[in-house]
Amino acid sequence: MFENFVVPDLMPAAPELFLAFMALAILLIDVFVKDSRRTLTFVLSQLALIGCAAIQFATSTGEITYTFSNMFVDDLMSDLLKIFLYMTVIVVLFYSRAYISDREAMNKGEYYVLALFATLGMMVMISANHFLTIYIGLELLSLSLYAMVAMNRDSVVSTEAAMKYFVLGALASGLLLYGMSMIYGATGTLEITAIAEQLYGGGANKTVLIFGLVFLVAGLAFKLGVVPFHMWIPDVYHGAPTSVTLLIGSAPKLAAFAITMRLLVNGLITLAQDWQAMLIILSVLSMAIGNLAAIAQTNLKRMLAYSAISHMGFMLLGIVTGVVGGDARYALNAYSSAMFYVVAYVLTSLGTFGIILLMSRAGFEADSLDDYKGLNKRSPWFAGVMLMLMFSMAGVPFFVGFFAKFSVLQAVVAAGYMWLAIVAVLFSLIGAFYYLRVVKIMYFDAPVDETPLQACGSMKAVLSVNGIAVALFGLMPQTLMSLCAYALLRSL
Amino acid sequence: MSTYPLLSLAIWIPIVAGLVVLATGNDRNAPLARMLALIGAIAGFLVTIPLWTGFDLNNGGMQFVELQTWIPRFNINYHLGTDGISMLFVVLNSFITIIVVSAGWEVIRERVAQYFAAFLIMSGLMNGIFTALDGVLFYVFFEASLIPLYLIIGVWGGPNRVYAAFKFFLYTLFGSLLFLLALMYLFIQSGGSFSILDWHKLPIGLGPQIWLFLGFLIAFAVKVPMFPVHTWLPDAHVEAPTGGSIVLAAIGLKLGAYGFLRFSLPIAPDASHELAGLVIALSLIAVVYIGFVALIQSDMKKLVAYSSIAHMGFVTLGFFLFSPMGIEGALVQMVSHGFVSGAMFFCIGVMYDRVHSRQIADYGGVVNTMPKFAALFMLFSMANAGLPATSGFVGEFMVILGAVKYNFWIALAAATSMILGAAYTLWMYKRVIFGDIANDHVRELTDVNSREFLILAVLAICTLWMGVYPQPFTEVMHSSVNDLLRHVAISKIQ
Repeated sequence: MFENFVVPDLMPAAPELFLAFMALAILLIDVFVKDSRRTLTFVLSQLALIGCAAIQFATSTGEITYTFSNMFVDDLMSDLLKIFLYMTVIVVLFYSRAYISDREAMNKGEYYVLALFATLGMMVMISANHFLTIYIGLELLSLSLYAMVAMNRDSVVSTEAAMKYFVLGALASGLLLYGMSMIYGATGTLEITAIAEQLYGGGANKTVLIFGLVFLVAGLAFKLGVVPFHMWIPDVYHGAPTSVTLLIGSAPKLAAFAITMRLLVNGLITLAQDWQAMLIILSVLSMAIGNLAAIAQTNLKRMLAYSAISHMGFMLLGIVTGVVGGDARYALNAYSSAMFYVVAYVLTSLGTFGIILLMSRAGFEADSLDDYKGLNKRSPWFAGVMLMLMFSMAGVPFFVGFFAKFSVLQAVVAAGYMWLAIVAVLFSLIGAFYYLRVVKIMYFDAPVDETPLQACGSMKAVLSVNGIAVALFGLMPQTLMSLCAYALLRSL
Repeated sequence: MSTYPLLSLAIWIPIVAGLVVLATGNDRNAPLARMLALIGAIAGFLVTIPLWTGFDLNNGGMQFVELQTWIPRFNINYHLGTDGISMLFVVLNSFITIIVVSAGWEVIRERVAQYFAAFLIMSGLMNGIFTALDGVLFYVFFEASLIPLYLIIGVWGGPNRVYAAFKFFLYTLFGSLLFLLALMYLFIQSGGSFSILDWHKLPIGLGPQIWLFLGFLIAFAVKVPMFPVHTWLPDAHVEAPTGGSIVLAAIGLKLGAYGFLRFSLPIAPDASHELAGLVIALSLIAVVYIGFVALIQSDMKKLVAYSSIAHMGFVTLGFFLFSPMGIEGALVQMVSHGFVSGAMFFCIGVMYDRVHSRQIADYGGVVNTMPKFAALFMLFSMANAGLPATSGFVGEFMVILGAVKYNFWIALAAATSMILGAAYTLWMYKRVIFGDIANDHVRELTDVNSREFLILAVLAICTLWMGVYPQPFTEVMHSSVNDLLRHVAISKIQ
């Protein structure tokens, strides 16, 4: 195709290149860091992420730009999701710092470097316009996370979780690849926009396409963690060190949302009827099993894992209502509500795991629900923050979770799926029970453990800001909502 | 008309005061927290007085309107306003907040700041419910007000408080989630408006109207509460601290009833006529059956809780008679019940603080040791039974008059409540207050102190004032109620 080697336009991928360079540099610099708290590594990692955000702002054109022979795309949706991604990882590193410096096996520079590589993987996923790019990004993310889960290598639970995560993650990648190869077989291309054009023209073998689609959806479902491909979520959330659970439970949801959009909406929108029907089943099952199983948990991390499953199921509702009977009138409304839901969920979930990290200390993981008994007596402010987070998760106003649920539900109702909306609210009602139980434990029960909280000031400050943000975006959701809508309007 | 944003002040003064009280933190600062809470409650009440004095009696529409865009993405506005139907409840709510703050003054010793903050925040949110003219704004206040009450019952409540708090929260959430879907349906149907006033004018076919009506009914019936979804109320009342019971009875139950007038009747008038029989039947069951249930209670709080359900049955009955007499009577009954049930729960609280029992059997002969208290309690019991010259009589009488015009047999069934109400209230009064001193606890009782006396006296004045001269209360309702009835009489089916 190309007579001569053409230097691709590097500008759209500038943040990725910068982060790759910084991650490698930090890996080298860390070798010389002796400080037991690894302040330098921490600061450099944070600066790298802030630098990425700055570059992202500076290079954002608002136009859809393809580069690397159309393998990579930079549009407003990717810009916005990446900005959220940087902020998420910055917060994750803030919350993790005290936790890992209390645990010798994890207090390594690799922790930060792996987190940065995982971030890089997610950035590549978000900007992928090619099956291979998606796969490379996904593997970079997954391999970094496998290593991070296993980092606390003397812990049996963690190693077991890492093993499970690795095996099931590999299986999911296999499914995804198999689906991709089927679609390649039907259309003769791996490039997402080219596939969309091919399908639009018709002529591709529908049977092969649907066959491939099924595997593709299964692979995505694994990554999103929706039923029936959710088995790894509770074990990994539970077994991983809490700071890694925080990372797994937050930022990758943004990336998973992005590849779902890229693959299904950008690439296979002509098959919307088919994948929507599949996703509806996944969504209802996730809300049912996620919410019901969460009730039975006594471990907070495990409970939040099932809650994550139900939330991803709820988010899918926004994706399945984009196209109604071949009419894409509601697409923007539906997809932007799903995006808002993901962002709101990530913000809330950061806070909840942040609270677990706040309560943990050297040799003590505050992951049992009973550890939160009487938190209101020990620390009224952080009990209040957790209260806001829990009510936000349950979808009670004035917190951001309410408007997240609200925007997805209105998309569902607008698309005419009233029964789906009723199912969704009934499962939210069941979900409210276990969030209320956390509030009950914090407020109604007497404290067992009277040890004062020993977190450092910066963590407390960031966690407070996180809690206030959940309330503030609940009072004033307009900015965030219209940002998501505008980004998608300019990208679809 | 005032140029100040009075309604916003009525909502946000208590909420901000609540946050300030919360900031005092530790129980070491309890006296400061109490003082600030009282100041906040009084300030919140003062700003609502101009609503009443400046109210335009001839205007049946919305007054003191405020309109700001809030979430333009979904055309949601910060739209407030009040009419003859809602105005009294804003004033009543702000007034009850003062009562509640003073009722918990020295009784609450643990986590004082949080206790008062929860009540103040709840008071602001409830004012929001009564004045919101935007569907989402209404819903947001409606649901957010569950959080403070959930905490109040759960933290400061009785032995079975966890069960009661969960039951209360989940029951109400169940109703309101379906209500939310009804709001979204209206949003789509009206072409993208969340304004309640726009929805009033929106033509809707009978089928959708019935679904909407049922969606509203579930939400409001749980909140009122109507038979058969009333079972959360006795639990919540019994376990809640005195202040929680007062707010729940005086204001909490009115929210559901208010919803009928703001949503069900004007948005789905045809369905309201169609299904009036159902609501009337449920109301009569509440009046008669729950009246009998109240009769056999051995726990005073439970008895008053059941009596509240019966009285609220009167309210929903009055609404669905579609006559000025019925609706105004129901509204008067709601305000009166706010004073009387609040006072009843306070009286029980006064005894509970001394004896730590709510069982009727643990009392007897209280009049010997607490004569002042017994006199005031007598007045409220009579008002609860609907004695003429007390506020309890006016509303019930008006509803029964309305019912006679509608259907004699319905009126007859409703009128049994006069007998049942007298039976269960006065029988309880007799067993608790009269007779010989039953035990040592009663012998050691001390009469009401000046704080308690003041609260009871103020409530007594309100009860008598409304019973003897209800004009100031009813005159503000006329225009709005007439407009509502004219609106409901016109079919929306095209």
